[in-house]
Amino acid sequence: MTTSAVRFEQVSRHFGEVKAVDQVDLEIQDGEFFSMLGPSGSGKTTCLRMIAGFDRPTRGTIHLYGQDVSDLPPYERDVNTVFQDYALFPHMTIDENIAYGLMIKGVSKPERRDRVDEMLDLVQLPGFGYRKPSQLSGGQRQRVALARALINHPKVLLLDEPLGALDLKLRQQMQVELKAIQKRVGITFIFVTHDQEEALTMSDRIAVFNLGKIEQVGTPADIYEKPATPFVAGFVGTSNLISGEVAEKLTGSRQMFSVRPEKIHLGLPTDTPGKDMLSIGGVVRDVVYLGLFTRYLVEAEGGIDLVVVEQNLKTTSMDVLTSKGQKVLLFWHKDHISRVGG
Amino acid sequence: MPSKNYGEKASLGLTLGAIGGLLFLHVPIAIIFLYSFTTDEATYSFPLPGVTTKWFGVALQRADLWAALTLSLRVAVVATIAALILGTLAAAAVYRSNFFGREAISFLLVLPIALPGIVTGIALRSAIGTMNIPFSYWTIIIGHATFCIVVVYNNVLARFRRMQGSQIEASMDLGANSFQTFRYVILPNMATALLAGGMLAFALSFDEVIVTTFTAGQQSTLPIWIFSQLVRPRDRPVTNVVASIVILITFLPIFLAQRISAQSSETEGGAK
Repeated sequence: MTTSAVRFEQVSRHFGEVKAVDQVDLEIQDGEFFSMLGPSGSGKTTCLRMIAGFDRPTRGTIHLYGQDVSDLPPYERDVNTVFQDYALFPHMTIDENIAYGLMIKGVSKPERRDRVDEMLDLVQLPGFGYRKPSQLSGGQRQRVALARALINHPKVLLLDEPLGALDLKLRQQMQVELKAIQKRVGITFIFVTHDQEEALTMSDRIAVFNLGKIEQVGTPADIYEKPATPFVAGFVGTSNLISGEVAEKLTGSRQMFSVRPEKIHLGLPTDTPGKDMLSIGGVVRDVVYLGLFTRYLVEAEGGIDLVVVEQNLKTTSMDVLTSKGQKVLLFWHKDHISRVGG
Repeated sequence: MPSKNYGEKASLGLTLGAIGGLLFLHVPIAIIFLYSFTTDEATYSFPLPGVTTKWFGVALQRADLWAALTLSLRVAVVATIAALILGTLAAAAVYRSNFFGREAISFLLVLPIALPGIVTGIALRSAIGTMNIPFSYWTIIIGHATFCIVVVYNNVLARFRRMQGSQIEASMDLGANSFQTFRYVILPNMATALLAGGMLAFALSFDEVIVTTFTAGQQSTLPIWIFSQLVRPRDRPVTNVVASIVILITFLPIFLAQRISAQSSETEGGAK
């Protein structure tokens, strides 16, 4: 049996009356790129801070590779953090910043030199060592923060929304780079973000946080295709949630289910969907042409609104806009729904 | 269209006004320098009846002057050190923790310098008197420290607020314990603030008169010595010589303190 990199057992962190983290159980595997995804205030950052040691659980225990670290201070944990604001030391050069952890450990100067150069190469900033943090751009500081953490060869690297301050282009580039670096160094990465796209792009597995609890843990495909709760269905991508009588008519059960807008086909009322397909009639209420695809708002039988997205493979803006007010038949494969409880 | 270009020349009136203001402030200081070299020892006559440097020699030989000068320096140094330690601790406490009366602390620290010196002086005198502490070198230091703490406190607190809190966490995260974090991260971050605050405190203490008259025993600090010189003139130009030296001594630290705080605010602004 392998020991997991990080294990939470019934971990709670309360701030007075506020339950920032509430009875969380979690297991993160060695070498995983693991994301904690959720809106702000959902407890994901508090969980990260408890792994780093900046915060202690009110109740429960945290294990790092089998060792109970719940009461260890940050400097006695084999974990390093990339901070949201990078937290570089402004009075030190880039070299000194990156070498800080080694200097504290008492590693000899020549070895420090070599390992700093190695790190500067890894994050593609060779020759920047003599500069001060104030002379670097946001993206470059980000890389320095990463190098400063990785040089210590931690068992787990924690990343607290590290890409939040970067512009879109740079963010996408860093997503790819981060993933590549993680593959190269083979260290467990725990990545906190509120950006679902970022989490889906980079992660091996994702934990979706809401109100101090974990709603679902799974691979990006699991989370997207089979959301377990209404919250996950709504927070990760967009979803149509159907329940009650309409659900009973379609599936034979009143239990709520979700279906993704792109899984729904938009057909004519005369179409006959094949077997294994669920179908419902409706009227197109609104059409939004978005270039690559078109978004339709359809009022379906039973008075529910459904969002449907279709790629503009053959249609042009002229074609789609005339469909407003038309009667349609919506149909989708019965495997493309996900029961979300309730 | 009227232009608001900053490169354009100011109007004649404004230029004259500015020059007038600067002259008003600085001509008296220049006169002090001038009269250090006069041959007339009783009055301020203009033009100077003659030029001499003999007062510098006389000043060197006055034992009472040297006693006053060394006392002032010793008081200023010790008061500054006390202010650095206490002011930094107070700033750290106010910045780091949240406790009952935190807001009041700032106010209480500013009070000794905000109140008229005469009030602070009387208050200290009666307090020291009630506690039966003999008036001495140490009571002067206590008096000076009360208003020196605040300049250090203000400087250091401002620096704490500008410093990212996550830097301390980052240092701990990278394996440094509290002492190492203080040594390698907090102290270097504070260094220029401490220097600037310390220099200001030194300058404040060095020329303080009012509180000193209330807290000193038989000793006279340099400013008090100068005062007594004015009341009972003996070799009047010697006073001017001393005043000139004091101006030079105070000018340097204040000039440097300003340069340092201007510099560090530039670099830190850039790091944001």
